[in-house]
Amino acid sequence: MRSAQFTGHRFTGRVAGTLVLGVAVLSLAACASASSSSGGTLSPTAAALASVPVVTMPPMPRAMSMTDPRVGLRAGMTTAGVAVSNMVLVSHSSKSAQLDGDGGTRGLTFANSDLAFRGNYVFQGNFSGFQIWDIANPASPVLRETLVCGTGQGDPSIYGNLLFISSESTGDRVDCGTQGVPDRVSKDRMVGVRIFDISDIAHPRKVADVQTCRGSHTHTLVPDVNDKSIVYVYVSGSAGVRSSDELPGCMDGPIDSANTSRFRIEVIRVPLAHPEQAKIVGYAHIFQDLAAPTAHGAAPSDAPRTPPPGGPPGGGRGGPRGGPNQCHDITVYPAVGLAGGACGGYGLLLDIHDPVNPKRLQAVGDSNFAFWHSATFNNDGTKVLFTDEWGGGTAPKCRADDPIDWGADAIFTLKDGRLVQGAYFKMPAAQTNMENCVAHNGSLVPVPGRDIMVQGWYQGGLDVFDFTDASHPYEIAYFDRGPVDSTKLVTAGFWAGYWYNGHIIGSEIARGLDIFELTPSPYLSQNEIDAAKLVMWDQFNPQNQPKIVWPAAFPVVRSYLDQLVRGQGLATARTQAIASDLARAESMTGGKRKSALHELAEQLDNDAKSAADASRVRAMASAVRDLEKATR
Amino acid sequence: MISTSYRMFAVGIGFAAVCVATQRVSAQSDPSKAQSGPAYTAADVQFMQGMIGHHAQAVVMAAMAPTHGASAKVALFCRKVDISQRDEIVLMQTWLRDRGQAVPDPLATKGHDAMAGMDMGEHATLMPGMLTPEQLIQLDQARDTTFDRLFLTFMIRHHQGALTMVAALFDSPGAGQTPEIFGYATGVDADQRAEIERMEGMLLPLQGRTP
Repeated sequence: MRSAQFTGHRFTGRVAGTLVLGVAVLSLAACASASSSSGGTLSPTAAALASVPVVTMPPMPRAMSMTDPRVGLRAGMTTAGVAVSNMVLVSHSSKSAQLDGDGGTRGLTFANSDLAFRGNYVFQGNFSGFQIWDIANPASPVLRETLVCGTGQGDPSIYGNLLFISSESTGDRVDCGTQGVPDRVSKDRMVGVRIFDISDIAHPRKVADVQTCRGSHTHTLVPDVNDKSIVYVYVSGSAGVRSSDELPGCMDGPIDSANTSRFRIEVIRVPLAHPEQAKIVGYAHIFQDLAAPTAHGAAPSDAPRTPPPGGPPGGGRGGPRGGPNQCHDITVYPAVGLAGGACGGYGLLLDIHDPVNPKRLQAVGDSNFAFWHSATFNNDGTKVLFTDEWGGGTAPKCRADDPIDWGADAIFTLKDGRLVQGAYFKMPAAQTNMENCVAHNGSLVPVPGRDIMVQGWYQGGLDVFDFTDASHPYEIAYFDRGPVDSTKLVTAGFWAGYWYNGHIIGSEIARGLDIFELTPSPYLSQNEIDAAKLVMWDQFNPQNQPKIVWPAAFPVVRSYLDQLVRGQGLATARTQAIASDLARAESMTGGKRKSALHELAEQLDNDAKSAADASRVRAMASAVRDLEKATR
Repeated sequence: MISTSYRMFAVGIGFAAVCVATQRVSAQSDPSKAQSGPAYTAADVQFMQGMIGHHAQAVVMAAMAPTHGASAKVALFCRKVDISQRDEIVLMQTWLRDRGQAVPDPLATKGHDAMAGMDMGEHATLMPGMLTPEQLIQLDQARDTTFDRLFLTFMIRHHQGALTMVAALFDSPGAGQTPEIFGYATGVDADQRAEIERMEGMLLPLQGRTP
């Protein structure tokens, strides 16, 4: 009972109007199961000859586009028009019948939400439970299990055999019923984090309810680097404070009262062998002494001569008390010991070396931001991208007149440990009044040498964009459907789009689960896509960001080469010579290949001395040396 | 004349609030759908109806910025309030319409209802934090720095009133449990807290200054 393919889509892949080069690339997606990837099977010669055009970055849009192919798509739950560029829809699977909500007519009650991944499984949260998909064959996902359990938004995380589900709504119940909790104080209420054992994937078993004072809107897993038997959970809850009659210890109070349940992050400790013993072990007080957020001045689209963003908020001035009393979401990046907290009117940078006691390093504000929603680090840990969920996700914030800097991403660079604000990025195609649209969840696309992200924009579709240059992000690929309904706004669209083991997985609130592949374009080569596909994880929780490490492989080296060609980072004569040297090395084996690679790496060291993009040449030399070492 | 029209409008919004308070709504949704999530309650309906009038006044206040000499920062903030709260009014109206409930539309029916409201002026009750007709006129007569200061002072109070409304909603047994209401009400709480802090930051340097 699953997986009705969309049949009514008219794919209208066209080159986006702003692209500088009109290279005819856009693979038009045929419905489902089209696969354009060669998966690294190109012959060395073909790979060497695959030409990458020299391109300049497309200009930054200053307003929402009215001429984009995504504008004016036909409405319909299953018959919506589609615009797609540089990616293909591999499969679409409708929601589980148990969570279908009468074909999507029940509002948010059966809305799909966030995703977590382990092996071939995708765990898809839903406001009334969760679904477990087997995507071993991405062209034909199989629904393994649906569990009905009222959750609020049901943010999921997976760690081994433990599935964590956020529960927040005051109507959520211990017994997982969906009828609500009528009494103000009740033993039936369960808001906090539910833990399920999914060792038997077809029979998830609830093993713990960790009750919290404000529920769990989102949560973030934080593994203990020193103790593999423990995982911590940071809880972000946005509900009101529960009565202490219902949960002892809960107290609604201002920031200067010692035991207030506001102004803190609960930290749950989970012994993996005994998840039933999971309990709160700490409260991170990361909101103390925050001063007023920095006023960033007018949005660039309002005032072209906007001054550069200021430093830390407050500027030494005694700011007003108050401010956020909770984060919406926290993304941890254990490899660099940092976390990004998106917390109401602030973006916070946290030190998480001691996971039970995260410490605030910095707070940034921005008067263009309405609501700091989530954070994503680049792989080097030198940038943080914060999202602004202006309007809360149920409002249409991508209309022609909506400022392109509002409800957008803001890209910050970490310079000497301080966040410095760069440009904004917003899905640039004007959407209708009937499409909820604003920046939402996404993850990195693991292309070596670049910072690329895929992101859900609700009914604004999915967007893949490059933010390597923090002052000049640009779009690479997109997928967008028309609104669910042409007569009223029905909340739908992509809650999230995440890269996982070679594909982009999209969670569609009303329509189900979508799986995509990227296709080559002037801004993303086949080699770069192939290199991204080499990165495989056993499990992936987007808010617990893993460090991407690429294996020693020719597509990784060629990704750097393609980037040097595209950006003219090295003289053409040299890039051509390197391409044929690589092809020659690949055609060899054993010691001969080893020495050819060794020689190439030394040449690259020399090239780096005069290259326009020396650091990229050095990165390529390093990738060549990895290959040399890996050669037997 | 401007003052008069704002006075009329203020009363019109108050009138909408009266409609809410006096309207008896049948509490529950279709019982056959009990397993399809928590049912909404009369308190949910009244919250949405009352918040429409509350938001409409914020839109009226924000609309003064371009003609009342607001500073760039305050004007930018007003633009955001205008777009955000208009969108939320549509969201609340859609929610009410989908459930067959009375749908206040104070912005669209301004002229007519405002006139009707004139007759019952002092009987109109306002939602928490809302400006009285006199305060709205006071704001309308202010210009430049005085306008900024008064606008921020009033709007902070107005936003705090929205927080009061959210708290009252969740204090009502069984209320605020459907995902739409829960999400919307907690969103109002989070968004308006952030905006209150932003406004406090803009107000601080203006305090004690005379125009």
